[in-house]
Amino acid sequence: MEPVVTSSARIGDRPRPKKNYLNETKGFKSWALTVDHKRIGIMYLIGTLFAFLLGGIFALLVRLTLLTPAHKLFGLQVTAETYNRFFTLHGAIMVFLFIIPSIPGSLTNFVLPLMLGAKDVAFPRLNLASFYLWIVGAVMAISSMIIGAVDTGWTFYTPYSTTTSGTVTLMTAAVFVLGFSSIFTGLNFIATVHKLRAPGMGWFDMPLFVWGMYSTAVIQVLATPVLGITLVLLMLERVFQIGIFDSRIGGDPVLFQHFFWFYSHPAVYIMILPGMAIISELIPTFSRKTIFGYRAIAYSSISLALVSFIVWGHHMFVAGQSQLATVVFSALTFLVAIPSGVKVFNWLCTMYQGNISLEAPMLYAISFLMLFAIGGLTGIFLGTLSTDVHLTDTYFVVAHFHYVMMGSTVTAFIGGLYYWWPKMTGRMYNEKWGRVTAVIWFIGFNATFLPQFILGSRGMPRRYYNYLDQFQPLHAFSTVGSWIIGLSLFMTAAVLLASLRKPADAPDNPWGGTTLEWQTSSPPITHNFEDQPVLEHEPYDYRPKAVAH
Amino acid sequence: MSTETHTHAEGSKHHGGPLIYTANLFALMFLTVITVAAASFNFGSANVVIALAIASVKAILVGLFFMHLLWDKPVNAIILIAGFLFLGIFLMFDFLDVTSRNNYLPRNMPNMDNATPAPDSMNPLKTPAPRPLDPASAKAEEPAPAKAEEHK
Amino acid sequence: MEQQFDTSKLGMWLFLVTEILLFGGLFVGFGLMQHRYPQQFIEAHEHLKQDVFGRPFPLYGAINTLVLLISSWTMVMGVNAAQTDQKKKTVRYLVLTILLACVFLGIKYVEYSHKFHDGLLPGIFYAHQSEDLIKGTHGYATFFAFYFMMTGLHGIHVLVGIGLLGWLVMRARRGDFSSEYYTPVDLVGLYWHIVDMIWIYLFPLYYLIS
Repeated sequence: MEPVVTSSARIGDRPRPKKNYLNETKGFKSWALTVDHKRIGIMYLIGTLFAFLLGGIFALLVRLTLLTPAHKLFGLQVTAETYNRFFTLHGAIMVFLFIIPSIPGSLTNFVLPLMLGAKDVAFPRLNLASFYLWIVGAVMAISSMIIGAVDTGWTFYTPYSTTTSGTVTLMTAAVFVLGFSSIFTGLNFIATVHKLRAPGMGWFDMPLFVWGMYSTAVIQVLATPVLGITLVLLMLERVFQIGIFDSRIGGDPVLFQHFFWFYSHPAVYIMILPGMAIISELIPTFSRKTIFGYRAIAYSSISLALVSFIVWGHHMFVAGQSQLATVVFSALTFLVAIPSGVKVFNWLCTMYQGNISLEAPMLYAISFLMLFAIGGLTGIFLGTLSTDVHLTDTYFVVAHFHYVMMGSTVTAFIGGLYYWWPKMTGRMYNEKWGRVTAVIWFIGFNATFLPQFILGSRGMPRRYYNYLDQFQPLHAFSTVGSWIIGLSLFMTAAVLLASLRKPADAPDNPWGGTTLEWQTSSPPITHNFEDQPVLEHEPYDYRPKAVAH
Repeated sequence: MSTETHTHAEGSKHHGGPLIYTANLFALMFLTVITVAAASFNFGSANVVIALAIASVKAILVGLFFMHLLWDKPVNAIILIAGFLFLGIFLMFDFLDVTSRNNYLPRNMPNMDNATPAPDSMNPLKTPAPRPLDPASAKAEEPAPAKAEEHK
Repeated sequence: MEQQFDTSKLGMWLFLVTEILLFGGLFVGFGLMQHRYPQQFIEAHEHLKQDVFGRPFPLYGAINTLVLLISSWTMVMGVNAAQTDQKKKTVRYLVLTILLACVFLGIKYVEYSHKFHDGLLPGIFYAHQSEDLIKGTHGYATFFAFYFMMTGLHGIHVLVGIGLLGWLVMRARRGDFSSEYYTPVDLVGLYWHIVDMIWIYLFPLYYLIS
């Protein structure tokens, strides 16, 4: 079996640099005031993973409460209000503190400039500012939890959110701050992609990861400000009763939903596009094959970003929207499924007749394909009016969005984490145990959420803290599934952290990847490349060296 | 390197300039007078359209000349247009919804005065009290068999 | 250097588009509320006009519009002076821009104090009682809520602009700018023009509808 060689730098050729971005400067200040995108990426990684842990704890509490219809937790009775707080905080933390910021802030921050052959992002100080805004937002959100938890659901629907006691104002202010963190990150990436590509790298020579992140950044910049103004209006309605969202004082609650979902639907594409971007890297690398349909995937990334802006009303089919608007939004929702389908098709064709190796990242990528197919297709069920009337606000919706947000994005995130771990830390993790975590993740995820489709279609409503006895077996199954997920994540953390005890001797290019980040050392030196890299070949060029120029 | 800096400074010297800027200012002031004058006439529902159209012309003049979009790389103009475009989408769909709502009750809405009381959401497993068939007899609090006798 | 200038400009445009969407959200909300309460909004609009020769006329609004347009002109002349190595002119135009911005805020202050005096305030503070705007009817409080929100947010942006312009004046006097490097002047100029652009849309929607 011939070893696969990339068309430029050979593995093990270059002497390992003594100083890399991790050890070149030391001390708290050198990290707290860093403008190195790699260090900022590591800080984001740690922060968002803590948020994931916190959101995950709330998830486990939710599922534990639902183990029986008696809504008890460790023998104590859970009130409806407490349960509402559990799922609100689970949702708000996961959406705003974890899923939206995690991949862009951590993996993309680290990898994007390397992939472009650049020294850093376009605005390094803005990058640090984004991170500190995330910290401020996180502190505000956690404070609001401690002072007096929010129980409105992460969607803050009016008029409940404008009239309830509880720290809604503080939480919405936290989300406002987090929104600006997201905007600045997106702004940075757009400018970086436009201006800092290596010589010879045109738009269609960039890795598809960059296309995916660019599309994400476009949404971040265009959609998030509307969330900002929505939250401001919400706070003003709460404090001054201006009469925009509360019908008792002349407002329109559906207007709030329009405002909220105009951001939040594109937001879910902020969540999925980075996941897809990672998959576009994993699949060609571990199939040792050029990506099938490069332009199709590139164009579908951008079109997904743009079309995501015209479908938000599908969250409001039964909210009181007009019938005409409902029908229009439903038709457009069918449209937005097409680019996703194009991508799945292209990824599968890439794998076909490829030289596939099943390392941990690839196992996560294959899981992604299956889980995203389910998540995406069930979205169509919900986009169809006649079925949505029955399925809306049931566990079917809960299962759908967990399949896309968690089964797809988080799966891709973990896959990407394993994939770029050697580059970021200079250590190879234990491959066997990595694969084990992937299998347990797949089993646990499906055990948790597949029953929820059935629960939902049989009528189990979402956000309810108790239920009819007939639903108990499926609920219990789902709860046990959540424990399996917890186990998998705990093991993943153990595998990755254990690798840090080994010396930093990972090769420059352990996977035989063709993108530019693999042409520098693992971990990279502070200014990324010794010499300015010049792009010499097409993206994902896996032809044997003799054939390549 | 020096040729690069020379290029961009030179390039901008060729573009814009006090003459164009001053002309633009007069155009903008003129349009302001027009729009105030137009407001004193009533064109019915076209009032808003005309006002916004004139405002848009002013905005385009500010963008093209004061903000240099006419002489800049197209990407900057694309960014601005994208912002307005998506704002327009937001506005358009919201108006589509709000203007096509039927804000009246269904014609076959039954009389709900005597309906079964809503279940107690805090105690969902507790069955609600039986609904009296005749509102008057509810006050008498007769036992159930007597009621059934009365109303067969 | 050109690449750096281009990149900074791109970054600034991206930031400005977020401002457009931020304000745009308020415009959409205003438009939808106007659709909901057309009569009340029209009546409330009248209270933004002043008595000029016995007829209602949007005097303060119109003056403010002209003030901002002229300040946009002084701003771009300042940028032009910076990029043609004319230090004194740069400072002069920047200072003029600041003065015009202060005039704008001054007129706004006068407008606001009239509103306070008349009790035409947002939401729970609405206290006006007259033949045309009856307290307790939906629509009036909402109109003034939007009025204060939008002109207030705009005013805050003007204030921030004054701060930025002051910083530019300081740097210009120090001799920081030349034909080789005038990026900050250009970028603040772009910001200032967006502030003007927002007012160009605000003015007809609030002051000219009847």
